[in-house]
Amino acid sequence: MDSATTLTSLIIALPLLGFLVNGLLGLSSKSFRQRKALIGTIANLTVFIPFAIAVYFFINMGQDSAPIFVELFTWIEVGSFSVDIAYQLDQLSILMTLVVTGVGFLIHMYSVGYMWEDEGYWKFFAYLNLFIFAMLNLVMADNLLLLFLGWEGVGLCSYLLIGFWYTDMANSAAGSKAFWYNRVGDFAFLVAMFLTFQHVGSLDFDIILSSLEAIPADDKFWIAFLMFIGATGKSAQIPLFVWLPDAMAGPTSVSALIHAATMVTSGIYLISRMSAMFVMSPEVMMIIAVIGALTAIVAATIALTQNDIKRVLAYSTVSQLGYMFLALGSGAFTAAMFHVVTHAFFKALLFLGSGSVIHAMEHVEHGLHEEGKDVHFDPQDMRFMGGLKEYMPSTYKTFLIATIAIAGIPPLAGFFSKDEILAFTFNAGFAGFAEPLYMVLWGVGIVTAFLTAFYMFRLTFGTFNGEFKLPEKISEAAGAEKHLHESPKSMTIPLWTLGGLSVVGGFLGVPNFLLSTFTHQEEHINLLHNWLYNVTADYELGLSHSVEWILMTVSIFVAVGGVYTAYRMYGSGATEESDAKLADRFGVFYETWKEKYSLDEFYEGLVVHPIVRWSDKGLAKFDMKIVDGVVNTVGGVVRLFGSVFRYVQTGVTSSYALALVLGVILVLSMLIL
Amino acid sequence: MELLLNLVIYLPLLGIAGILALRNDKATKWISLVATSATFLLSLPLLFSFDIANSGAVQYLTEGSNIMTGLDIKYLIGLDGLSLLLFMLTTLMGPIVILSSWDSIKKHLAGYYSMLLLLQTASMGVFASLDLIVFYVFFELSLIPMYFLIGIWGGKNRIHATVKFFVYTLVGSLIMLVGLIYTGYDAGAAIEGYKFTTDWRFLSGDGYHIGLVEQTYLFLSFALAFCIKVPLFPFHTWLPYAHTEAPTAGSVVLAAIMLKMGTYGLLRICLPLFPNAFVEFAPYLATLAVIGIIYGALVAMVQKDVKKLVAYSSVSHLGFVVLGLFAFNTIAVQGALIQMINHGLSTGALFLIVGMIYDRTHTREIEDYGGIAKVVPVFAVMFMIATLASIGLPGLNGFIGEFLILNGTFSSEVLPQNAFVVFAALGVILAAVYMLWMYQRVMFGPIKHEKNKKLVDLNAREIGLLVPLVIFMVWIGIRPTDFTQYSEVQVQELLESSNEKRVAIQQSADSEKLPQWASNLYDVTDELASKMENQ
Repeated sequence: MDSATTLTSLIIALPLLGFLVNGLLGLSSKSFRQRKALIGTIANLTVFIPFAIAVYFFINMGQDSAPIFVELFTWIEVGSFSVDIAYQLDQLSILMTLVVTGVGFLIHMYSVGYMWEDEGYWKFFAYLNLFIFAMLNLVMADNLLLLFLGWEGVGLCSYLLIGFWYTDMANSAAGSKAFWYNRVGDFAFLVAMFLTFQHVGSLDFDIILSSLEAIPADDKFWIAFLMFIGATGKSAQIPLFVWLPDAMAGPTSVSALIHAATMVTSGIYLISRMSAMFVMSPEVMMIIAVIGALTAIVAATIALTQNDIKRVLAYSTVSQLGYMFLALGSGAFTAAMFHVVTHAFFKALLFLGSGSVIHAMEHVEHGLHEEGKDVHFDPQDMRFMGGLKEYMPSTYKTFLIATIAIAGIPPLAGFFSKDEILAFTFNAGFAGFAEPLYMVLWGVGIVTAFLTAFYMFRLTFGTFNGEFKLPEKISEAAGAEKHLHESPKSMTIPLWTLGGLSVVGGFLGVPNFLLSTFTHQEEHINLLHNWLYNVTADYELGLSHSVEWILMTVSIFVAVGGVYTAYRMYGSGATEESDAKLADRFGVFYETWKEKYSLDEFYEGLVVHPIVRWSDKGLAKFDMKIVDGVVNTVGGVVRLFGSVFRYVQTGVTSSYALALVLGVILVLSMLIL
Repeated sequence: MELLLNLVIYLPLLGIAGILALRNDKATKWISLVATSATFLLSLPLLFSFDIANSGAVQYLTEGSNIMTGLDIKYLIGLDGLSLLLFMLTTLMGPIVILSSWDSIKKHLAGYYSMLLLLQTASMGVFASLDLIVFYVFFELSLIPMYFLIGIWGGKNRIHATVKFFVYTLVGSLIMLVGLIYTGYDAGAAIEGYKFTTDWRFLSGDGYHIGLVEQTYLFLSFALAFCIKVPLFPFHTWLPYAHTEAPTAGSVVLAAIMLKMGTYGLLRICLPLFPNAFVEFAPYLATLAVIGIIYGALVAMVQKDVKKLVAYSSVSHLGFVVLGLFAFNTIAVQGALIQMINHGLSTGALFLIVGMIYDRTHTREIEDYGGIAKVVPVFAVMFMIATLASIGLPGLNGFIGEFLILNGTFSSEVLPQNAFVVFAALGVILAAVYMLWMYQRVMFGPIKHEKNKKLVDLNAREIGLLVPLVIFMVWIGIRPTDFTQYSEVQVQELLESSNEKRVAIQQSADSEKLPQWASNLYDVTDELASKMENQ
């Protein structure tokens, strides 16, 4: 084995090993389950070492390096179909590997403290490692089928971790819901693979992408469209996004890792990987852009009405993923990946920060119980919070950094990535296909940018500013603030690390025009563009410098406007009063947002319940009465005729059986002897 | 090696002799375990020395002499690519089903274990026989022990269930017998000096062509018997009864082995003997298969009895197998073959698991459980793995079969409509719905019933039963080629030669002698038209 093979195998195998060791030993040995430090170390190392290896690969790879292919063994080989367990290390997959293992490691580290008191500690880390294993297969696979293995594998881990506290049925139900909605997408993904194989005869990326002309235009549309449907499942887009907010039932570090930073970006990765094919179907590109923009604004409007701190973040994630799809649909694959990276930083940070807050609120509840006060409240409801910045300075500061980053205030991470997306959307308005529509989508993107800044600061102010509201709300909880504490170091170190990344992450993709305006020549300061140039099939950015300046100024104004409005309304921590004002102002609209556009009810009422009812009252009855009834009737008629021959027919089946045995023995012995 | 194959097949009968001789309950169990374990161990050399490159040729062949001059009915036993894995699955399941009954069967032990052993021999015989009369004999023989297993050791409604099972399948196979006898005489006439032959090697070869009209009737008579056995929608209604009422071991053998006799028969007999009818009827049977996939899944979803749910899931899963067979290309047929094994492993495991919890609670109602994952963690893990295998999670066995079947069918020339695959693939969504929903209601949430708080987790024997199945689920999921290689060559050759035979028969068909419906069905009208022009 050459070193690339060994190292790649290690990246893949270590998390699997961690899963097996912690899972099998934890399942079988009670004493192992108590050794939490050991379990945590195993889990952390099996993610950290792959991260280190990925860094090594990254350092040794140039932007023009050819991809490294590592073939481990043949997976399936039947007839003309063949697919390997093989990995492809190129600029795109190494970028994703760095994010998955890097952010993944920080979240593992955070979880050591966060999950310490949970009795399922071993199981949690086993699942988390299994997730990393599946996710690495997804991003490093050199063919669609292995990617699909990772794709469904992360879905499984998501299912297991959402329902981690399974003694509450609501959590398990949320897990199942996530799996089912994802399966709808996976169904489309499967059909896309069949179509691809039918035309190309292979599922390897390099073969597919180099033989695109073998696919008729119609089927290219269908493959791209079906893959996109698959992506709407995993990456929570309209119409399949409703599972993601419910997925918040899982432990918060899971929400950070799986439902914000990594798994939900799989769809964006898939489409970027196949970008050369997607750009050949402008219709699909348009559909992607429309769905992305629509998801972005729909989720943002819901986010500003929610009071559960994690749910706000969940809708925010859906909305930000919508931005990424808007980017994909505008031919800005690099910008989409850029937003994947920056979003991984600040959204993971926001979730971990919210976990720190929830952790603190749970301690308050616990502390009150110890005082003998029977107080119950929802530790995730921001209406009980407020004023936390005094008690949790690290959490507050890092949370604020992440909020500024996601709001798009320069020069933090989110500003550059979101600005690039909007610039490319505007640019697609001149690309020759559905031009006016893209202009509208740009407008939607701008409005969403305003909303993002607004609802994120509403959340931050509501949680950290003003007075601690729990004692006001529940009189018994007077003096509860003495139970408020900052989280331990193992949790705040990852917070600060991600905080640092949220500040500087944007410099990966500084737009070229910022320099070339002054030097009057072509500049290539956008590192990420340089890095992914050979892998993704981006549209040319044909805007003039002055237009780019104007666009950037507009987005800064919009973001600042959103922050300012939020400050005016929520800066003092008066969340509920200001919410009431909003509700008054927007009336029916606000109701719709608060009801989440009633999408869940729509699916339940129009799809799920009818199918279950119809299967139960219709099909199952039909099976018993009609299908089986015909069989019984035929049997009955025969028996009627048979009564004539009643002297032969003894009516005892066992005597037929006996006759049959005797006959069989006779025939067999005749044959053998 | 020929002797070894025969020894393996009849070794369980020796066990029966031992049981009847000793008449001691404890000895009965141990004799059965030793007999089936020895059967399994002795069958391993058959696997290891199997010549993969020549999987198309029958290996370890035992050829008896004709029963009478001119009547070519003979004892003909051997293994080839089509049968090897199913044969091995049968020997593997042997000790597992014996052990699964260890503590749960308490009455008439000698009879019970004798029936299991007889069933073992009959099942191996079905897969190893290459003379159709011998095949038929074993096929029927397998009915009897199952009839008694359900009828004596079954649940409350066992009599209704077992009579329905017995009569339904018997009716099917009697019709097949008529077809079989006709085929025997028809083929015998094609050989100099013979009146009758049922040698599969001759029947499936290109030396023997069956006319289009005869093929139609013969295909239908065989296919009916096999489709009842599979069971293909709408012939499935015996299955839920039989599965629910059967003791655990009976359900396991029924699901893992006996249902496969149907799909195996379609592949072994219907495809090479009646290729024209096979291809022409493919769209109709594939339609039934796809209906079965969705219908079985929807009905499974609303079942209140865990065992019934798994039984209906079999209707759905075997729909995939039938679809793959009628797609008539290497990828899909190979997928169907491996899916037969997969279904045996995962559904077998599911029935074992349901049986284990039934032994503790004596109920199969989903309602009577809820939240037990906390009490029985090892059970929960095993159940989860089998569930995931069953819903086709990549990395486990079920995915390989479903993917190959669907992918192969998508490029099938016999089933060109994409609708077959698109609708069948909906079954992938539905499988996740009914299995995970059931799992959720049985295992998760708060503990609903006080008495379930004291459930005991799996013991070493029970874990030991499931572990081999889990190992194979993962193994097939990750390295399926280790298994599909055994049938690869033969499936390709068989499909090629059958297709050539089909074309030859169609081209040589004399349209004037054919009734109108046959010319239409087999598309021989063009020739008729050209002949008319010539006149």
